[in-house]
Amino acid sequence: MSATTTETGTSFVPAADTLGAVLAPGARPPRPGALSASLTFGWRAMLKIKHVPEQLFDVTAFPIMMTLMFTYLFGGALAGSPTEYLQFLLPGIMVTSVVMITMYTGVEVNKDIEKGVFDRFRTLPIWRPSTMVGYLLGDAFRYTMAATVILVVGLVLGFRPQGGVVGVLAAIALLVVFSFAFSWIWTMFGLLLRSEKSVMGVSMLVLFPLTFLSNVYVDPQTMPGWLQAFVGVNPISHLVTAARSLMAGSPDAGEITWVLVCGAVSIVVFGALTMRLYNRK
Amino acid sequence: MRDLAIETSGLVKTFGKNRAVDGLDLTVPAGTVYGVLGPNGAGKTTAVKMLATLLRPDGGEARVFGHDVLREPDAVRSRVSLTGQYASVDEEMTGMENLVLLGRLLGHRKAAARDRAMRLLEAFGLTEAAGRQVKNYSGGMRRRLDIAASILNTPDLLFLDEPTTGLDPRSRNQVWDIVRIVVAHGTTVLLTTQYLDEADRLAGRIAVVDHGRVIAEGTPGELKSSVGSGSVHVRLRDAAQRPEAERVLAGELNTQVHLEADPVALTARIAGEDADAGAERASRALAALAASGIVVDDFSLGQPSLDEVFLALTDKALTDKEMEETAA
Repeated sequence: MSATTTETGTSFVPAADTLGAVLAPGARPPRPGALSASLTFGWRAMLKIKHVPEQLFDVTAFPIMMTLMFTYLFGGALAGSPTEYLQFLLPGIMVTSVVMITMYTGVEVNKDIEKGVFDRFRTLPIWRPSTMVGYLLGDAFRYTMAATVILVVGLVLGFRPQGGVVGVLAAIALLVVFSFAFSWIWTMFGLLLRSEKSVMGVSMLVLFPLTFLSNVYVDPQTMPGWLQAFVGVNPISHLVTAARSLMAGSPDAGEITWVLVCGAVSIVVFGALTMRLYNRK
Repeated sequence: MRDLAIETSGLVKTFGKNRAVDGLDLTVPAGTVYGVLGPNGAGKTTAVKMLATLLRPDGGEARVFGHDVLREPDAVRSRVSLTGQYASVDEEMTGMENLVLLGRLLGHRKAAARDRAMRLLEAFGLTEAAGRQVKNYSGGMRRRLDIAASILNTPDLLFLDEPTTGLDPRSRNQVWDIVRIVVAHGTTVLLTTQYLDEADRLAGRIAVVDHGRVIAEGTPGELKSSVGSGSVHVRLRDAAQRPEAERVLAGELNTQVHLEADPVALTARIAGEDADAGAERASRALAALAASGIVVDDFSLGQPSLDEVFLALTDKALTDKEMEETAA
């Protein structure tokens, strides 16, 4: 404990007049709307990033590593050269990295509920899901950042998307929207499981098969039939296909719709489960 | 009739087989400090959490200012604030950010939230620490910030769950002063504590809680006189004289004498209604000890401690129950 801490801690004498002045019941403002409350919680998430910037490591270093690793590891073998492979891999590795990062949402939620501050939020007369939406808004910023980092690395390594600026931005937007929707599964686990470690464990168990058993790295035609069936229904494959089509400048409306519907279902199902747990905690 | 801040009847909360709150009946008049006194695990925090809409009761009813906690949680939430046993502030954020965040969540615009935060920090002596992360605050500062956060919108009912547990004496006094000022401005305070002393100083009425039920209720004076006017604590110079001292005290005070773990110490509860009679009996006991040639190093007459009030009340509860059972 520093000297100043002790000083302010001991010299303070509560004064009836100054305290009385802040206690005087002024007009209470109307309760904030759903959007305003959510944005305020989003601001809290941004403040946390400001105070602990190290946590941005996972949205900068990790994606760079993933891109470099897989481009040079598989590039020569699968496509003749890393640059060739990168044209195929980049949208997929972007999806993989961002979807992997979504699991930190659950970890954050789980860490927070251990602390008393959660109890305070829960006694506020605000739109109940706003706390969770706030987390996800902060995370959406992180997803955007990771996607941007990968894009930059890709461009440096020779990725030349046919879809141009608009196509690439649309792909990133779709990815961030899907990740926001998908993250509700992690808020649910964050509230459901007892420790950070178990949240991590479950996340890995879900994310590894989901991202690897997809069309991110190789053409599914080379896989056995049963695996092709799984890859075919895997939402990540659809997201990758949609993102590739956007970046290539030939948007696949069917796949994009599939992804948006899948996201909507995720919000409805896991959002409802999250709020049920939140209210009962 | 006065308004009631809290009214519960037969409130129950179970966790597995543990009945944490087991038929709690509370009636808290508005505008006072109401103390809920009990040991760890008595169900105090669980009860507060149900009243603050954080936990759903498994049975019974609870109303806060006439609003049912289950059916109208938002009406309850708009009138109460909770300062939990563990500081309900965000450790990673600064004091200022914590208060601005809550101000915004309570519907203040950005400038108003900042202004309110600044005034609160000043009133709570935290202006200097406003820009520091809360994890670097001392325990007392943290608690003050916590209470400041709770009165951001002056609540009609403030729950203080063991507000001074773990604080040093000076910080404890600060919290007590703050509570007095808050109540003087018309906020009702429900204070849970394990210290009789604290309940005694702050609360107008006290409910003693054990195993999730109220085992006694009344003003601090009523509670204390219900268990006798106090206790005599004696320390002898020579442990060998303790059996003799025990005999003399028992005869003089006409009560059971308790031998402490310390081989030279004895304690006896003085039965009786008023304190004056107790003091007279105690002085006679001291004279009797001297007359028997017992060397006394320390002799004191004290108010019953929470332990004693508590033991007396639980004993009584047990005896009453036995009597009911024999009658039935």
